[in-house]
Amino acid sequence: MACSRRAWIAATLGTTAGLVPGCAPRDLPPAGTLLSPNVVAGHWIRDGRLDATRSGGRARRAAVVIVGGGIAGLSTAWRLRRAGFDDFILLELESQPGGTSRAGRQGRQAYPWGAHYVPVPMQENAALIHLLEEMQVVVGRRADGQPVVAETQLCRDPQERVFVEGRWQEGLYPALGAADQDLAELERFRQHMDSWAGRHGEDGRRAFAIPLAHSSRDPRFLALDRMTMGDWLRKHAYRSPRLRWLVDYACRDDYGLSVEDTSAWAGLFYFVSRIRLPGQPSQAVITWPEGNGRIVQHLTDRAGPAVHTGWAVHGITQSRSGGAEVRALHTTDRTAAHWQAEQVVYAGPQFAAPHVIDGFDRQRSADFRYGSWIVSNVHLRKRPPEPGFPMCWDNVIYGSRSLGYVNAAHQTGRDHGSTVLSWYYPLASLPGPVARRRMLAADWQDLAALTVTDLQLPHPNIAGQIERLDVMRWGHAMVQPRAGFVWSRQRRAAAQALGRVHFANTDLSGVALMEEAFYHGIRAAEEVLAARGHPFESMLTFVPHDC
Amino acid sequence: MNRAPLLLLYLNVLVIATCGLIYELLAGTLASYLLGDSVTQFSLVIGVYLSALGVGAWLSRYVETALARTFIEVELALALLGGLSAPFLFLVFAWIEWFQTALFSVVFLIGVLVGLELPLLMRILKEHLDFSELVSRVLTFDYIGALLASLMFPILLVPQLGLMRTSLLFGILNALVALWGTYLLRPILKDRGLAALRGRAMLTVGILAVGMIKADTLTTIAEERMLAQPIVFTEQSRFQRIVVTKSSRGFQLHLNGHLQFNSADEYRYHEALVHPALSTGPPPQHVLVLGGGDALAVREVLKYPSVRSVTLVDIDPAMTDLAMNFPPLVELNEDALRDPRVQVINRDAFVWIGETPRRFDTVVIDFPDPGTFSVGKLYTTAFFRQLRTRMTDESRLSIQCTSPLVAPKSYWCILKTMRASGFEPQPYSVSVPTFGVWGFAYATVQPDQRVPSQLAELEGPLRFLTTEGLRAMFHLPSDIAPVPTELNQLNNQILVRYYEQEWSAADGL
Repeated sequence: MACSRRAWIAATLGTTAGLVPGCAPRDLPPAGTLLSPNVVAGHWIRDGRLDATRSGGRARRAAVVIVGGGIAGLSTAWRLRRAGFDDFILLELESQPGGTSRAGRQGRQAYPWGAHYVPVPMQENAALIHLLEEMQVVVGRRADGQPVVAETQLCRDPQERVFVEGRWQEGLYPALGAADQDLAELERFRQHMDSWAGRHGEDGRRAFAIPLAHSSRDPRFLALDRMTMGDWLRKHAYRSPRLRWLVDYACRDDYGLSVEDTSAWAGLFYFVSRIRLPGQPSQAVITWPEGNGRIVQHLTDRAGPAVHTGWAVHGITQSRSGGAEVRALHTTDRTAAHWQAEQVVYAGPQFAAPHVIDGFDRQRSADFRYGSWIVSNVHLRKRPPEPGFPMCWDNVIYGSRSLGYVNAAHQTGRDHGSTVLSWYYPLASLPGPVARRRMLAADWQDLAALTVTDLQLPHPNIAGQIERLDVMRWGHAMVQPRAGFVWSRQRRAAAQALGRVHFANTDLSGVALMEEAFYHGIRAAEEVLAARGHPFESMLTFVPHDC
Repeated sequence: MNRAPLLLLYLNVLVIATCGLIYELLAGTLASYLLGDSVTQFSLVIGVYLSALGVGAWLSRYVETALARTFIEVELALALLGGLSAPFLFLVFAWIEWFQTALFSVVFLIGVLVGLELPLLMRILKEHLDFSELVSRVLTFDYIGALLASLMFPILLVPQLGLMRTSLLFGILNALVALWGTYLLRPILKDRGLAALRGRAMLTVGILAVGMIKADTLTTIAEERMLAQPIVFTEQSRFQRIVVTKSSRGFQLHLNGHLQFNSADEYRYHEALVHPALSTGPPPQHVLVLGGGDALAVREVLKYPSVRSVTLVDIDPAMTDLAMNFPPLVELNEDALRDPRVQVINRDAFVWIGETPRRFDTVVIDFPDPGTFSVGKLYTTAFFRQLRTRMTDESRLSIQCTSPLVAPKSYWCILKTMRASGFEPQPYSVSVPTFGVWGFAYATVQPDQRVPSQLAELEGPLRFLTTEGLRAMFHLPSDIAPVPTELNQLNNQILVRYYEQEWSAADGL
């Protein structure tokens, strides 16, 4: 029984075709745990099982209640504090803030559980530069106004490598064994992206900019959203399997979607939005051993005692008399509480909004789709010996359905001995609900075997070096920028406030990026400040009518 | 037999002759590479090979039956032996005392097998041709094969394939010809054992093909062992492969196959490395030595009576253990690590420098050359800036910076990177016979155009450096002029790329 069940899971979750974890898990690590966000509390909220709980006590009071403590909610808190506004609280469902940017730590080694880097922002992204200056990541400005990032905060060289034809080579593109046509097509693609980097729309804006709201609304560009990235490649006669792999990898890496599902607009956004000017390399990458957990920590420290974890918010009701009530249950001590607020920032995902916000029309967010991810943190006693290019920050396996791994020790400067590899696996090919069901049906052994099998491809002897292997299952890891969604009316309208309830979350951009979550957090905070008449100078260089 | 197979058999002769000569050339080249003195090596290899041909020819008379079968068996043996000869000789080089024996045994055996082949083939063919035609045809193809081999070897094979792959490729060719022979000579081969013969031929091709695929790994292993002297100590630590070899001129330390010092002339290197920084300015008290786990720099540092503490940071405990316990090295470093003033810290200097609260008045940097990213990070602006915070305004530093003659971009990149990190580096160089001209830099943290010009009063003599010599090191010869380079930064380790380019170009000379 166990065997057939495992084979079934392996068949749907396998890392490469024809290579599935066997039944006898002799190579399983000696220790590890299976983690997930608080699915139980999430389902209580979904199924309305908390609606009847009422706190007997008096309502607590806060001028602003922020619901959700991921990057978006924490950024709202940060923005309010920066404006000198302190009368707010933040309620987070999980026992630690950060959402999919959270990090773990064992001993001296920290490691990410999800998002793990930020490209150096361009001058126009003033709000993010303010944050990075405060974190002492940005340490100055160049003569042209572009930020200067401290050397130790940038990804250390060598940054990335790919395992192809039995050995590691530098860079992401699998050049080993590539034919001349492959390389010619790669060059054509690079020039193509480069030329896009210089394009501006009728409205004078860059075709693809970060945050996405800064991008041009020129209909010629938005039309790209109506086709998939796969269609786009075919339309432009890109036939090289290696280029296709590179683009598919990019889509899976940033969006958890295959090239055949990803909006072409989003696909180009990935490549083009990070090139500042034609002829320049992509913006360098800022990263830390704990990934974006570093940002979470900074924002949480700034928010101070306003952050309350373990609160499952299950009701937000606006009253006619003004003000809103926020009802929540504490997930561990099961105490119920409610807050009276003048403004609410809902920084949770759109899929949960109908279950939390009274009067939220289900149709308003019906098209939002989310993908699932598995993230394993593999604790190694020592690093595997290996041929070819040495271990990098990002280590990718050509032909695998996984995204490879990030070496958490890379940014510490330690090149020997123990480390933690953070291994990423998006369930890109299955529809969301199916992927979530299968992922939740898998146990630790299944997912540990999946991880180890994939790592054994480049590192045949790795199993003996693993001390522990923890697996995180993210059911709703990322909003999916499927073709037609990114510039859909529904997505563009989703960030508009409903009365006293404002919205902030990366899913409002249709792509899951730190910069997008941060942008919406800042935007929502400034909406609140404006609504309250609190004096502030906007950090947003450009506020569009839609998002 | 009809005409077509006859022509094919001549082709066979051609391939056999080519392969035979290739094996001989390989052995000669290997012997010259590994032992030096190519005139002697080639002369000996050719002599042994030719005499073995004679032995083979003489032995052929004892083959009376199953001519065709023996011929194919001989060819298979030759394929295996010749094909694996270069990898085998590379690998046995570590056991130097056996190398020549192995070399000449291989050459002799190959000669015998080649020597057997032609007489056997001629006897197979003699049924079908008259004697004069037979001799003329066979010898013609034999000599054409030799010409082909001698042309292809230097022009095509060595530059394109390298020795290892050439050897394996011709082994495969040889085995394929044997396999082909089982079809060509089918009419005169017995049925019994024919399948087994073909099986063995395929197995031989398989073995050699695997060797071909693994050739890179073999070369790496072999190159690590390809040290010019007998090995007296070897250890694979967590960080590197440590090898000590011994020659008539003293002993040598190699890390990952790279020579670190030769006991015969290391004093030139270490005196040049240490004394400019320690003899200049206020008497040194708290000295930091980074890298240099062999303790030879520490030996020089301890000659200053003013020194109160020496902190040696070397990543590899196996290295500092060797410096404390390996008698020849303990003698050479004068047991420096047991001096009570010395503290040994086995950490990655990059990580340690970010954690230590201490400050040092003098710093000596003796890291390996920046040939890998994990060493290259120790030459970045990030590292130097962090190091700067562990120094005072009066602190002085000296650093080894690889050869400015072989690797000018690497050398000047290090100086430029230091200048961008708050140091005022001054270039200097010295000649170390084992290494050639070697480059260093002396640096202060305050702008100071003066260069070291006096040697301090020392406990213990110097073997190399004099006051005049010290000054002379700072006179830059005109062939070591600055070249423009980029900065070496943690997020863009250009130095590792310069170093790789410059040294691989030099190795190709």
